[in-house]
Amino acid sequence: MEFVTNHPVLVVSLVKIVVLMVVLMTVLAYLSWFERKIIAHIQSRWGPYYVGAHGLLQPLADGVKFLFKEDLTPPASDKFIFVLAPFLALTLSMTTLALIPFGPTVSIFGHPTQLVVANVDIGLLFLFAITSIGVYGVALAGWSSNSKYSLLGGLRSSAQMISYEVSLTLSVVGVLLVANTLNFNHLVEGQGGYYWHLIPRWNIGPQIIGFLCYFTAAIAETNRAPFDLPEGEQELVGGFHTEYSSFKFAMFFMAEYANMVTVSCLATILFLGGWLSPFPDRWTLLQYLPAASLIGLGLYLAYDTAMHMRGIARIQLAVVTLLALGLGALCLVPAAMPVAQGPFWFIVKVVLLLFFYVWTRSTLPRMRYDQLMNFGWKVLLPVSLANLVVTSFLVLLKEMHG
Amino acid sequence: MTLPFILFFVFAALAVLGALLLIAAREPIHSALSLVLVMISLAVLYLLLGAEFTAAVQIIVYAGAIMVLFVFVIMLLNAGVEERTNWSKLAKYAGLPLALFLLLELGHAMSQWSPRAYGTGTGMAGGLTGNAAFSTVDLSKQLFQKYLFPFEATSILILIAILGALVLAKRDE
Repeated sequence: MEFVTNHPVLVVSLVKIVVLMVVLMTVLAYLSWFERKIIAHIQSRWGPYYVGAHGLLQPLADGVKFLFKEDLTPPASDKFIFVLAPFLALTLSMTTLALIPFGPTVSIFGHPTQLVVANVDIGLLFLFAITSIGVYGVALAGWSSNSKYSLLGGLRSSAQMISYEVSLTLSVVGVLLVANTLNFNHLVEGQGGYYWHLIPRWNIGPQIIGFLCYFTAAIAETNRAPFDLPEGEQELVGGFHTEYSSFKFAMFFMAEYANMVTVSCLATILFLGGWLSPFPDRWTLLQYLPAASLIGLGLYLAYDTAMHMRGIARIQLAVVTLLALGLGALCLVPAAMPVAQGPFWFIVKVVLLLFFYVWTRSTLPRMRYDQLMNFGWKVLLPVSLANLVVTSFLVLLKEMHG
Repeated sequence: MTLPFILFFVFAALAVLGALLLIAAREPIHSALSLVLVMISLAVLYLLLGAEFTAAVQIIVYAGAIMVLFVFVIMLLNAGVEERTNWSKLAKYAGLPLALFLLLELGHAMSQWSPRAYGTGTGMAGGLTGNAAFSTVDLSKQLFQKYLFPFEATSILILIAILGALVLAKRDE
């Protein structure tokens, strides 16, 4: 007990970690619903519809299915590494989210609290350090399965991840030159202020090329369409996770989604002003926006529940409605209002980026492997290098002329 | 016992364990992974000493780049289980005395060591409390101002090595 009282940081961190984990697990589960729904609507289908109202219980059903499937291990595989690989992939991809600040320092029950698990001074470098070991999960999964499809898939995707990591890192350096810091909180705070009192001074303005390079490289880095070569079904069956079944497969699945979330969060922090509002502070009415949007959603759902739902689905949707209304009401409490602002804008931006991710997947065809490598090394890398050179030149000019 | 000390012992033990596994493992990929374990544990030890930048770079460069390349090569060559041989004569007559000598030296150095020799703030007390003695800004000032020439010379040396590798690889065609 004395040990704990001597280290209050332990308790606070533990609470934050638990909250983050619970939220993250839900988000990861519902991201699959989000993705399937959007792709379905883009392709004029309904998507998940039968399990729960609007298919809202589909992730739960999928999870149960994963748990009850037989957990196969290929006989000639390296057992230890075969089990280690999915753990590595999931743990590393979820650890990165501990570094992401979801809002400024706010007061919760009178205590000033940072809305981040670990505010590391060299946050960005630390994040890159963790993602750079993420390759092991994929490479080891491919190798340990002792199957040629898995091995080829693993090799392909680790080659792809290593190639695009170069452009990913270089495209971020431009922002660092402008911001002069590696700390996420300072990176966001540096983007405060407005041009002509209206347009926010986010890094996406001066660093638009950097942003485009970053997001392209990020899609490749997370092995998503149109760069999802490792999973090219026609050539490689399922890629590096061909031999994985049951919950180990689900872990790779969750790791992929967690990586998507991390990459979108990073884009939000670096280029889109993090938790900052896109509108000037003098529009004070906007502080009711989080509450208003949640209550609006709740009212729409209430209408939907009353008009379109029957039986069990009606009860389920009613629960969701109450949740939305309750959260909206909570955002109206004076003590909670300032707390809700930062995370609200952060989440809006991240969801927009995730939507973009899914949109690309449902629109663009998969690239061929040589096209992928050519694009990465001969287009993306020179462009991000040029962006870096021009940015550093401009920063130098600005420093010399005051 | 403070938290930094507990963490120090845990990760020091992990580093030693990884190093032992590296030698003992017969499967090349297990050896490579043990080396990754050593490197990550070392990075945590740097972190405890307040050298955040060095820790991050240690992971990015060694665990994230060099060892990935190792694993890659092992995977591509599909290297089998190592064969064990009896100790070679060189290891027996030169290696063992040298190893003993190194151990003695280490023991001597450790008996001389005291935390105070490192001044305040740089020791393990500086870790975890955020009291980093040497920030990234300081480090970059040293690298890009005071030691600019050696730094650039090293980078050119690495570039030459890359070009050399390219030339050697292309020779057959």
